[in-house]
Amino acid sequence: MNDSIHQLKRDKMAMIGMMIIAILTFIAIFAPYLALYDPLEVNMADRLQMPNEKHPLGTDQLGRDLLSRLVYATHVSITAAALATFMIMTLGVTIGAIAGYFGGIVDQAIMRIVDVLLSFPSLILTIAIAGILGPSLIHLVIAMTATGWVGYSRIIRGSVLSIKEKEFIEGARALGFGNLYIITRHIIPNVISPVIVIATIDMGHIILSITGLSFLGLGAQPPTPEWGTMLNEGRPFMETAPHLMIFPGLMIMITVLAFNFLGDGLRDALDPRMREVMMK
Amino acid sequence: MKRYIAKRLLLLIPIMLGASMLSYSILYLAPGDPAELMLERQLQGVPTQEQIEAFKEEHGLNAPIPIQFANWLYRILHGDFGISLRTEKPVLTEYLNRFPASLVLFLMSQTLSIAIAIPLGIISAVKHNSEIDHLSRFVAMIGVSVPNFWLGLLLILFFAVYLGWLPAFGYGGFAHLILPALALGVSGCASIMRLMRASLLDVLNQDYIRTARAKGLCERAIIVKHALKNALIPVVTVIGLHIGHLISGMVIIETIFAWPGVGRFLVESIHARDFPVIQGFVLLIAMIFVFSNLIVDISYTYLDPRIRYE
Repeated sequence: MNDSIHQLKRDKMAMIGMMIIAILTFIAIFAPYLALYDPLEVNMADRLQMPNEKHPLGTDQLGRDLLSRLVYATHVSITAAALATFMIMTLGVTIGAIAGYFGGIVDQAIMRIVDVLLSFPSLILTIAIAGILGPSLIHLVIAMTATGWVGYSRIIRGSVLSIKEKEFIEGARALGFGNLYIITRHIIPNVISPVIVIATIDMGHIILSITGLSFLGLGAQPPTPEWGTMLNEGRPFMETAPHLMIFPGLMIMITVLAFNFLGDGLRDALDPRMREVMMK
Repeated sequence: MKRYIAKRLLLLIPIMLGASMLSYSILYLAPGDPAELMLERQLQGVPTQEQIEAFKEEHGLNAPIPIQFANWLYRILHGDFGISLRTEKPVLTEYLNRFPASLVLFLMSQTLSIAIAIPLGIISAVKHNSEIDHLSRFVAMIGVSVPNFWLGLLLILFFAVYLGWLPAFGYGGFAHLILPALALGVSGCASIMRLMRASLLDVLNQDYIRTARAKGLCERAIIVKHALKNALIPVVTVIGLHIGHLISGMVIIETIFAWPGVGRFLVESIHARDFPVIQGFVLLIAMIFVFSNLIVDISYTYLDPRIRYE
């Protein structure tokens, strides 16, 4: 493990990615203190301004300061992505651990559900569920969780299958511990680290999905500042005010790029272990 | 081989049954009574209790849910996917009318990305650590990170609005196809290129390539005749995996470019809560997806004789 960390530290791109993520997290947490203006304050007199001294990135179709909106949008988009990743991971790990630990008919039933979910192209079901629940950011996160857990549970199930036969699990059972205790205290801590790595690699993808579906109107709703929603709102003004669509898109790309840099670095650093996990 | 295909086809039955169950249950995810929601859209107002009852009676929504599902499935097996509430045409007709446009976009995008990615990946691997390698890897990294909807808008802004070279949206000749196919294909293209490079580098380090070099074969023959065949196997896997991403991406790209395909119609129907269309389209898309995965899996056996499915 120390070797991997050492190798990761020497990976320049991964470190750049990590730095960008740290900056974005800082912006997301301290958005209210960093924004110059209220992101929702409408000022029709100043609408559709190009970048100038008063508004460093210009204003939108309602005269709202674009930079302040982007700062708040960082908060909204990153929080939603982190929440989605956390929920997908939790659900995936729980279901995967149950399938692997109990085996038999429980495992069979869960794996058939996994097969069915895998028969849909990733986003199609998410779009349908998010749309039917009614467009809102929280519904989008729920829809992504409902369809996204599959990959994690497959990996966890594989790891649990191999670990549950080990002596220390048998020992715990002999000592009379219950299933719940064994799963949460002995099994999950031993299989969780590859999942956290995969979650990091996956984060870029999650951000693309959240902003993409918000762009389609199935996520955050106006006037909430969110990168995808802002892009969609700026679209009709593409010719006269291109900054409205350029900057939110740039923010999405930089964020995804940062996570991909870090993800690539993690993959390289942990390669032998990852390969072992992926093969199962 | 025949046995493998037969087995895979048989396995499709339970999976498609599950997929149709899931597609049908979408109706009951909606907060509130689906009949009321559908009527609200149809009548553009709040329906009366009698209207709701009549609607439920007409569409068989009073039966227990398993019976409703069985009826729905029975009709689907007879080719009846119901009627769109929005256009009042059969769902299957709507799908079939839009499928060709989507297929054309899909094929164009896939061809374009493979045609760019594979040669670039090979050059990158052969000229390992050269300027070209660094540049194409950098571009590929941008390619996998750029949101396709933003790229689509930038392409419209640059090539349609500023330069006026290509039409910004709509369906028509070859010119209409270029921008959406590009926007859709870039991320797949970038990841195929990255994998082609990694896979060829991996193969070029193997012993049998050293043997080929030792017996004095020229580099070109080594790559074309010996290395490429093995290096392409993981690339085909990823091309297969990307079918799902492409279909998902099409929903967004078709919406931006006003492309009259399946994805755009699905999004419009979701916004309009046109339940029969959503259920039918989701199931039909899953069917296409499952079959294309099957074809990819079968094609492996031809590409890699080491793989034997028994």
